[in-house]
Amino acid sequence: MSPNQSQGTSAVKIPVPAKAASAERTDGELEAAVKIAVSDLNFYYGRFHAIKNVSVQIRENRVTAFIGPSGCGKSTLLRILNRMYDLYPGQRAEGGVTLDGEDILGPKSLANLRSKVGMVFQKPTPFPMSIYENIAFGIRLYERPSRSEMDERVRLALTKASLWDEVKDKLSQSAVRLSGGQQQRLCIARALAIGPEVLLLDEPCSALDPVSTAKIEELWYELKRSCTLVVVTHNMQQAARASDYTAFMLDGSLVEFSETSKLFTTPTDPRTEAYITGRFG
Amino acid sequence: MNGSDAAVRVDMRPMSGQPKSSSRFWHLPGDFLFHQAAVLAAFLAAAALFATVIAIAYDSRISIEAFGIWKFLKSSEWNPVTQTFGAFPFIIGTLVSSAIAMILAVPISFGVAVFISEIAPVWIKKPVAGAIELLAAIPSIVYGLWGLLVFAPVFGQMEPWVSHYLGAIPGIGLLFQGPPVGIGMLTAGIVLAIMILPYISSIMRDVFIAVPAPLRESSYAMGATTWEVAWQIILPYTRSAVIGGVFLGLGRALGETMAVTFVIGNSNVLSASLLMPSATIPSVLANEFTEATTPLYLSSLIYLGLILIAVTLVVRFLAVLLIRRLGRREGTAT
Repeated sequence: MSPNQSQGTSAVKIPVPAKAASAERTDGELEAAVKIAVSDLNFYYGRFHAIKNVSVQIRENRVTAFIGPSGCGKSTLLRILNRMYDLYPGQRAEGGVTLDGEDILGPKSLANLRSKVGMVFQKPTPFPMSIYENIAFGIRLYERPSRSEMDERVRLALTKASLWDEVKDKLSQSAVRLSGGQQQRLCIARALAIGPEVLLLDEPCSALDPVSTAKIEELWYELKRSCTLVVVTHNMQQAARASDYTAFMLDGSLVEFSETSKLFTTPTDPRTEAYITGRFG
Repeated sequence: MNGSDAAVRVDMRPMSGQPKSSSRFWHLPGDFLFHQAAVLAAFLAAAALFATVIAIAYDSRISIEAFGIWKFLKSSEWNPVTQTFGAFPFIIGTLVSSAIAMILAVPISFGVAVFISEIAPVWIKKPVAGAIELLAAIPSIVYGLWGLLVFAPVFGQMEPWVSHYLGAIPGIGLLFQGPPVGIGMLTAGIVLAIMILPYISSIMRDVFIAVPAPLRESSYAMGATTWEVAWQIILPYTRSAVIGGVFLGLGRALGETMAVTFVIGNSNVLSASLLMPSATIPSVLANEFTEATTPLYLSSLIYLGLILIAVTLVVRFLAVLLIRRLGRREGTAT
């Protein structure tokens, strides 16, 4: 579980019904506020019903992992949270998704939503420009800071993504030349630069080597002080060691959702148990 | 772009897993013949270009001897009666009419490509793309007739307005003086722009569509608008291919003959105004070839053709140079 006892200071903003689960907790943490509430969510790719009546609450300043076999809808769910699906005609979501109590599926400013909900993709996607410009690009979409302020913002973002020391001497170099792990941390820095409240990570380590993966997982502990993290992963060990909550999905439905320690040690659903013990998937 | 990295690696090794020697036996001579035929074809294509340049240079020798290179390039006098010839008005006419075409066609092509790749709903993409590609299927003589009979009279109606307002601006006003005749440099540039639009826009569209979805999505995920994604991410990402497409269009504009000849007015006198009649190298060749009665006249026209080849080669060279330089700056040069 989280090593950050200080997390207990995050006050409960929205009354959350006390769950039986919280009574079992022994680390003294308070129940965190609900950041994103998904209720009765259905999603369709054209006629294909990809997500079926999913309800889940994602808590502030926690890492929530979504696991499940390929095609179970976990990435689809993630892409609903910043409305990435809006890019594609024929894809539609029904149900309720709220961020801080505000509906995000309705016709609202996408730029506003996406400034609050950042996303990092499976494969690193450095923009075809310098390392510095990769970070500055996102900032410039929302504001026009002075040169010195921009330098500081870039430094801060790269520091948060623990990339600064590696790239501080080559900020004007093309981002495409960085290694895969560095590129992925650059993408995280880029997302952090615009100060998101939620960071969505879609299998962020699946293209990386173990060392880079460990660096990124370490990063999560730092990031969740200021951010809510939602991670989709194929890697169950990763979910088990680096997340606070885990959701197991199967065929578009949410099978089980609870604290990570509980889900991996005493799953209540036999399908969850079968999956985490490697009997299928 | 890492185009070469992404290219499919074709396995060129012989099929070692084929135990049947009989099939190998029959394949080998065919492979040998194919190899030789491919080499021959490549060699013939290169030889044809080489031979053309040599033949044209040879046929322009009388004019080269009479006027030299530099004098011919900078002389503005083209007078068959006195047998003095200079290429300057036609070189300028060729470059300016193509420049007008590029100034109009490149932004419009970008808009078309962004519309088709980023904005348009699926059902309208194909019709729009098809309609624009059909522009390339129209023969240039038809563009010439359309320009002369339809567009020029309409444009002639608008020219008084153009010269009244744009002509009043100090500096660039000089470009918009003269009687409203409808035909001239600007008309030629506009018709050329329509003609090269399909080439540039279809290349841009193809490379825009080929941009990896994750790159596009991660730009949108930052909260960027369609314009910001297209202008700041997609265009830089596809830059070398886009420049290639632009120069393909420029190459066509420089060499376009019939349509330009119909609408440019064919004046051998250089004028600052874009509304005045002018001429390009291809248009003067088309107009005067049959009238060239003396060896010097004929040779001078062929000399113009040689200059046109040189201009086209220089443009191509600049395109390659530009792509290399930009590629090096991005650190993606291959």
